[in-house]
Order: sequence, then C-alpha cells, then structure tokens
Amino acid sequence: MANQFIKKLGLSKDTLFNLILTISAVLLIILGVGFFLSLFNASLVSLKKFGLSFFAKAEWDPVQEEFGALPFIYGTLLTSFIALAISLPFSIAISIVLGEYFQKGFFAEVLRYLTELIAGVPSVVLGFWGLFFLVPIVREVEMKFEIPPYGVGILTASLILAFMILPYSGSIGKDAMRLVPNELKEAAYALGATRWEMIKKVMLPYARSGITAGIILSLGRALGETMAVTMVIGNYHGIPENIFSPGNTIASVIANEFTEATGEVYLSSLMYLGLTLFIITTVVNLIGRFILKKLQH
Amino acid sequence: MSDIVLKTENLTASYDEHIVVKNVNLSIIRNKITAIMGPSGCGKTTLIRCFNRMHELSPKAKVEGKVLLIENSNEIIDVYSVDPMLVRRKIGMVFQKPNPFPTMSIYENVIAGYILNGIKLKKSEADEIVEESLKKVSLWDEVKDRLRKKGTFLSGGQQQRLCIARALAMKPDIILLDEPTSALDPVATAKIEELIEQLKDTVTIVIVTHNVGQAGRISDYVAFMYLGELVEYGPTDVIFTRPSHEKTEEFLTGKIG
Repeated sequence: MANQFIKKLGLSKDTLFNLILTISAVLLIILGVGFFLSLFNASLVSLKKFGLSFFAKAEWDPVQEEFGALPFIYGTLLTSFIALAISLPFSIAISIVLGEYFQKGFFAEVLRYLTELIAGVPSVVLGFWGLFFLVPIVREVEMKFEIPPYGVGILTASLILAFMILPYSGSIGKDAMRLVPNELKEAAYALGATRWEMIKKVMLPYARSGITAGIILSLGRALGETMAVTMVIGNYHGIPENIFSPGNTIASVIANEFTEATGEVYLSSLMYLGLTLFIITTVVNLIGRFILKKLQH
Repeated sequence: MSDIVLKTENLTASYDEHIVVKNVNLSIIRNKITAIMGPSGCGKTTLIRCFNRMHELSPKAKVEGKVLLIENSNEIIDVYSVDPMLVRRKIGMVFQKPNPFPTMSIYENVIAGYILNGIKLKKSEADEIVEESLKKVSLWDEVKDRLRKKGTFLSGGQQQRLCIARALAMKPDIILLDEPTSALDPVATAKIEELIEQLKDTVTIVIVTHNVGQAGRISDYVAFMYLGELVEYGPTDVIFTRPSHEKTEEFLTGKIG
C-alpha cells in the first residue's frame, strides 16, 4: 500500500526520506525562532518601559512596578562560576581516575555508577537535602567566622550546583581521556616518563578540548538550574555583599514569582528575565564553542 | 669476543599465562645493526619490548629471566632490578606507526623526553640537542624554519624520522625499532633505512622486521625467531647464505612467513 502510494507520487524512497528529514529540520528551526519571538513579544511591555536599564537596575519592586535584573544576573553568574571553580578539580580528578587508572573493573564500575546516580537525582531532592544537611553545616562555618548565620546563600547554592554538574563535566572529561591514543601513551613511557608525567604532559594536553567542552556544558546547566538553587539561595532581591550572603538567580526569581505576577508589567518583566537567561546561556555556549575551536587547532 | 651491549639470559615472556617468548639467550653487539625477523606472531616485538621493560605495561604480562645492559666493562645494569624509567631512557624505542605528540611542536617533540621527565634544559642546550638530533635524522633542513609548528603536519616518513630524533635526543645506548617502516611508502622506507645505517656509529640499533629484504639490506647481525623461540642468530651474510636451520631457510625463501 505504502509503496504504491509512494509510486503514485512519483517519488523514490530515497527522496521521500530526504523530504522527511528536511521537514523535521525546518520544523526545528521554526520552533526555535518561534520560541525566541514569542518570548521577545511577551517581554515587550517591560522592554519598552525599562529598555536596557533593566540590566543595570538593582531594584525589584512589584508594588511600585520598578524592575531591574542586575542582582539576579549577578547571582546567576556568581553561583555558576563559583560552582564551576569548586567542581573543576574534582572533575579533572574523576577524568584522570576513570579515564586512565581504572578503565575497567569493580572500582571503575562503582565510581561510574555513583556519578550516574548523582546525575539522576531529581533536583528538588537535592535541594531538600541541601536545606537540611548542607545549610546547617554552612551555618556552623558562618558562626565560626562571625558572619550572620543565614546558612542559605550564594555559597550554599554554589556547593549544590557544583555537586550537580560534576557528573557532566566528569563523564565528558573521562571520555576525552580515554580517547587518547595508546601509541602516544607508549611513546611517553618509552621516553622514560612515569605514569603521572605521562598523564600531565601527554594525556591532559591531548584531552584538553574535551575536558573544556565538558566544563562549558556543565556551566550551561548550572546557569539554568532552578529548583535546588531556589531552595537554598535565600531569595534575597538585593545584590549579595559576599559569597555568604543570600541572593537570587534569574531562574529562581521566575520560579518563585510567576504565580503571583498579576500586573502586566510584572509578568512581562519576568518574561524579560527569561529572555535574559536565554541570551546569557546562548552567549556562554558560543564562547565555549569559540574556545573549543581555538583549542583544537 | 665482540663488544656486547645487551645480553639476555633465559628470557621468557608471557601474556596471561600464554608464553610468547621462550627461553631466549641473545647478545646484541655494540654499534651494530641487529635485525630480528620472523613471521608475525613469533614474539619478535615482545622480545624487544622486554629489553626496555615496555612489555610489563600490558596487563597480565610477565617476564622471567635476565636482561643485562652493559654500558661499559665497569657498568652493567640488571634491567629488571632497577627503575624501569631509567632503563627506558637508556634504551629508546621507535614504534610501527609514527607517533609524534600532537600537542607539541616539532621542537618540543625532539626534547619531549626531557620535558616528560621534568629535566630542565637551558635554552642553548635545548637548541643544540634539537639541531643535532634533527641533523642526525636528516630532517633539519626540511623543518628548521618551522620548528614551532606542530609535528603532526609533517608527512608520515618525516614524522617517523622525528620520532627517531626524539629517541636519539635522550642519548640512549640502544634504539629499538619496532617495524618502523611498515606504515610508510617505499621512498620514505628507503630514507629511513639509509638513516639507520648512518646511525650505527653513534648508537646500537635493534630492528624488528618481518621483511626479509630489509633485514638483508641493513643489518650486520640477524636473529630469526619462530613460535617464540630464537632459532638462529649470527652475522647476516652467514645466515642469509648458509642458514643452519631448516626453518630459517624456509623463512628466507618465503615458504613460511
């Protein structure tokens, strides 16, 4: 039946297949552009009212209908980059351990399973855990340093984020390390290198672009992560003074406030925030790709 | 007796209980080219990988017997009782497939042994080692203007010569060549063969090959291995004209191989 139908249309199976592929691809582009346009459209009210000053204003006052995104942009970038800095040494360590020392065997399996497990934990569970286990620990530390012991704040959110992104950067880093050709490892050994010298001077430079790719991917994830961060960041609308201060991220503000955004300007400002986050992640990804390209040559 | 640089005593090597080299007693003569030939799977590569302790890098690999590196009459190193890193610096190796480090420049590739071992070289020392090593492999004129470029842009034959330069830069006593021309075209192969002959004044060369012609063209001594055993060993002209074993003759005439 189907074959007869195709014949009637005068198409070969090959062109039909190509047609389906092309349609899917075009549909994807339309969806992407449509998503961006509708988000842009919904932000228009706020965009007209505040313009670019939206990014420079530190005020977020639904009553007076004054909206500025600066504290949230700041909070988003700060938590993500601190998380990245915290997870980086662990991620490289995982890459080395799973990519070279334990490629097979019991220990490798256990470690691989554990990292996959972390990746699979729903972020609300992680946030909940953070609230009841991590927050008291951070509070203890803050009391030791005689800082107001909120417990929740930028640092706590960064710690949770670091934990969440570790499986991503670690697993991509591991794959990058395993892709190092055996001939290169042998060449290093044959010149009298120890295993660590070989890892440091041959494997890591070779796997550098892959490891960087993992880090950038995990940064993209950290920027948009919502639930766990919202639960432990403190939801403070000002610019955080230091890493122990409560703060807020773009994603957290949207998640917290979309239900109560009754005014037109308020809702539109939240959309504008969404647009901002979309742009930030896109820019980060573009920068990441640029770095990758540079590293590969 | 000729000047011996490396000697094996009852050397036996295995992978996972499977014996690949059986009870080999062999003496390599200093500043000569020794070719180890035999059909594939006869254990010739494993044998030379035992000389610089590369064999033990494979999981479940085992070595029994002795390998002695005789630097001079006063200094004899028992290869299996010292640090393997030290052995590998004294016995260099070149592999089947050219494997320059793709993240390093040509310059860095030549002194890679020093970089990897964390040995700091003065700029002038490094320059000198690079120039000298590249000249020895007749690559200097071809690359002197692009030393800072990546070694992977070179042709296969050039890459292999770069790898030989990298081994020479460590000033080893012996260089082991594991079928160094099997991935190269005939022109590049001829160049490498010519180069190997020039090098024997400075370094002892052991070359593994399954190419009878190559063994005949370049070697001074030849060892024939079959099924893990050293069947025959002696001066190349003697073995090629009057082999004393049937198997050697069969291999030389192409009946096995």
